[in-house]
Amino acid sequence: MPIIIKIEKCTGCGQCTDSCPYSAIEIKKEKAFITEFCNDCRLCLSICPEGAIAEVAYRNEPPLLKDEYRGVLIFAEQRRGQVASVSLELLGVGRKLANDLGVELSAALFGSSEKEAKELIKWGADRVYHVNDPSLDSFNDEPYSQILYELITRYKPEIVLAGATAIGRSFIPRVAGRLKTGLTADCTSLEIDKETRNLLQIRPAFGGNIMATIVCPEHRPQMATVRPRVMKRNIYDPKREGEIITIPIQNIKSRTRVLFSINDSSESFVNLQDAEVIVSGGRGLGNPEGFNMLRQLAQLLGGTVGASRAAVDEGWIPYRHQVGQTGKTVCPKIYIACGISGAVQHLVGMQSSDIIIAINKNPEAPIFNVSTYGIVGDLYEVIPLLIKKLKEAKQ
Amino acid sequence: MKIVICIKQVPDTSEIKIDPVTNTLIREGVPSIINPYDLHAIEAGLQIKETKGGKVTVITMGPPQAEEALREAISMGVDEAYLISDRAFAGSDTWATSYTLSKAINKLGYDIVICGKQAIDGDTAQVGPEIAEFLDIPHISYVKKIEEIEDSFIRVQRLMDDGYDVVESTIPVLLTVVKELNIPRLPSLRGKMAAKKASIPRLTKDDLDVKEENIGLKGSPTKVKNIFAPQFKGERKILQGDLEEQVNELIQILKDLKCQ
Ligand SMILES: Cc1cc2nc3c(=O)[nH]c(=O)nc-3n(C[C@H](O)[C@H](O)[C@H](O)COP(=O)(O)OP(=O)(O)OC[C@H]3O[C@@H](n4cnc5c(N)ncnc54)[C@H](O)[C@@H]3O)c2cc1C
Ligand SMILES: Nc1ncnc2c1ncn2[C@@H]1O[C@H](COP(=O)(O)O)[C@@H](O)[C@H]1O
Repeated sequence: MPIIIKIEKCTGCGQCTDSCPYSAIEIKKEKAFITEFCNDCRLCLSICPEGAIAEVAYRNEPPLLKDEYRGVLIFAEQRRGQVASVSLELLGVGRKLANDLGVELSAALFGSSEKEAKELIKWGADRVYHVNDPSLDSFNDEPYSQILYELITRYKPEIVLAGATAIGRSFIPRVAGRLKTGLTADCTSLEIDKETRNLLQIRPAFGGNIMATIVCPEHRPQMATVRPRVMKRNIYDPKREGEIITIPIQNIKSRTRVLFSINDSSESFVNLQDAEVIVSGGRGLGNPEGFNMLRQLAQLLGGTVGASRAAVDEGWIPYRHQVGQTGKTVCPKIYIACGISGAVQHLVGMQSSDIIIAINKNPEAPIFNVSTYGIVGDLYEVIPLLIKKLKEAKQ
Repeated sequence: MKIVICIKQVPDTSEIKIDPVTNTLIREGVPSIINPYDLHAIEAGLQIKETKGGKVTVITMGPPQAEEALREAISMGVDEAYLISDRAFAGSDTWATSYTLSKAINKLGYDIVICGKQAIDGDTAQVGPEIAEFLDIPHISYVKKIEEIEDSFIRVQRLMDDGYDVVESTIPVLLTVVKELNIPRLPSLRGKMAAKKASIPRLTKDDLDVKEENIGLKGSPTKVKNIFAPQFKGERKILQGDLEEQVNELIQILKDLKCQ
């Protein structure tokens, strides 16, 4: 609802202008004035000592038909026939949301096989809508949007989740556009507001500098894409039962056509996201040779090498190793940060790792605030000794 | 070929700091720039014009000062620019933004619409595909290479998480572009002169065929409920003793984790 200033109460004290995160309040002629930057965040409501800032309802708000919508639906992305790991993470968070709401969890699978559809049930789905046409094996925006749109209008879920992957981020916006509903991109946390049944969609904004909670109170379904590697999967239950509904397709038109799909994971993608152990280096390494030492350590631990943006910007290691807001989000069992200060943009990409070990010579470095174990020291003393001892132990 | 490019003026997020006391963004002194991905969109549009002929139009929806971004685009060589600005558009989320932009694009006419992959303030990457939906044209995301372009057909490479796809589409089409596509040119001297002189028409809600209930805050299904500083939890156990003892403890920890 829009925010207004009650001019008669405003004293022009300016506390609201200082507090507004969007710089959307100006003082003009000793009165506060809300500019077009206002984002309706409502922060100013509690700041004003005079109670001069208020929220007003819209005239002729549309009636809500929210109760027609029930259940949680996840889009189970598959690549080359195999369900992507993000789909299992969506089943993890989707199960939790469905339980909180007391509703069913379903999954939509396009293409792929009956076997994969069954897997989705073992990972937590109650029901799978399997649109099993081979033409859907490879991703194409137009048929994907049309089919998902039709499923949603037919089954009316209150929440729809998809992975914030290349696929999800390309076609889900079209579906939300067609449904006239909200879509929140790249969420890192999802919760239910029990009172309103609204989905609280939490995501980083402004390059990871700040977190925002987004809601979609007046429209259904509530749609979000979810950042891979942040949500936890359920425990796999091979005995779990559920329903598979096979859906035929008809009248699919497409103005786009995918000719080839080139998989170049071997040359330009490191398998950071599947690694159990990641040894990451930052500017503290001081030179590109430092990464040789980290590679050695990673090898001894059966892991792979990551990096901060500073190290990538220095040209010490290719971009594909970058962890963080503008790099990869990772969630290994062990993350070892060497010479990384711990800027928020780095932390958002690795904070959900099970164990974080930080090596940094500055005891004040913020990386220690997220670390499980920290060593305050020079990495060029710590790591060679560590490597030496690990090698000795191996023999 | 009529090419329309959507650009957004954004705060340079690499300069943004958080006030640790109030948990709010410090915007003072933060420069406004053209969203970096949109520079690649402009370059792509100019290159298409250079090979196929036609006209390149840039548009932005934003407050009056977003005109600076349009002038910068003119200095790179685009033919014309429109500012879509109205108090009534304020508070638009991606749905309302795409709706409004699609109405403007329709009015201006187009064969190809080009957007950046995402804007660095919100990082949503939703506006491009949503515009295509409202225009009822196909879109191709993350274009990293244009292989071939004819009057009614285009073939491109689309960057994916595990490689890339070769995709064909009919024209009209909307493309969203990634940095790998090209290197944006710098403004020329002549361009800078043109930018100074150019008149930039402004389109308000009365100029566009928009429905009141679909624009601005009111037309936005999503709302920002609150904002807060990122929080992190760690046990922060700093290992003690001399170097040897610390490393021994670390090895023990790794052993316990069965990583060794
Ligand atoms: C929009 C935006 C997006 C960003 N995205 C990312 C991202 O995806 N990923 C990312 O990592 N960053 C990102 N950043 C950059 C981020 O803000 C930091 O600048 C970056 O993470 C810093 O890298 P660093 O920790 O390696 O370097 P620094 O901050 O310079 O830290 C180096 C650390 O090494 C320590 N050190 C130095 N020498 C030694 C030694 N001999 N032994 C032990 N310790 C030593 C120092 O004490 C210091 O703490 C982004 C920034 C912005 C604005
Ligand atoms: N207000 C706007 N005016 C013009 N173009 C925009 C606007 N917002 C977003 N875009 C375009 O949409 C792309 C994706 O933006 P976003 O969905 O906000 O990440 C940008 O790179 C721009 O090309």
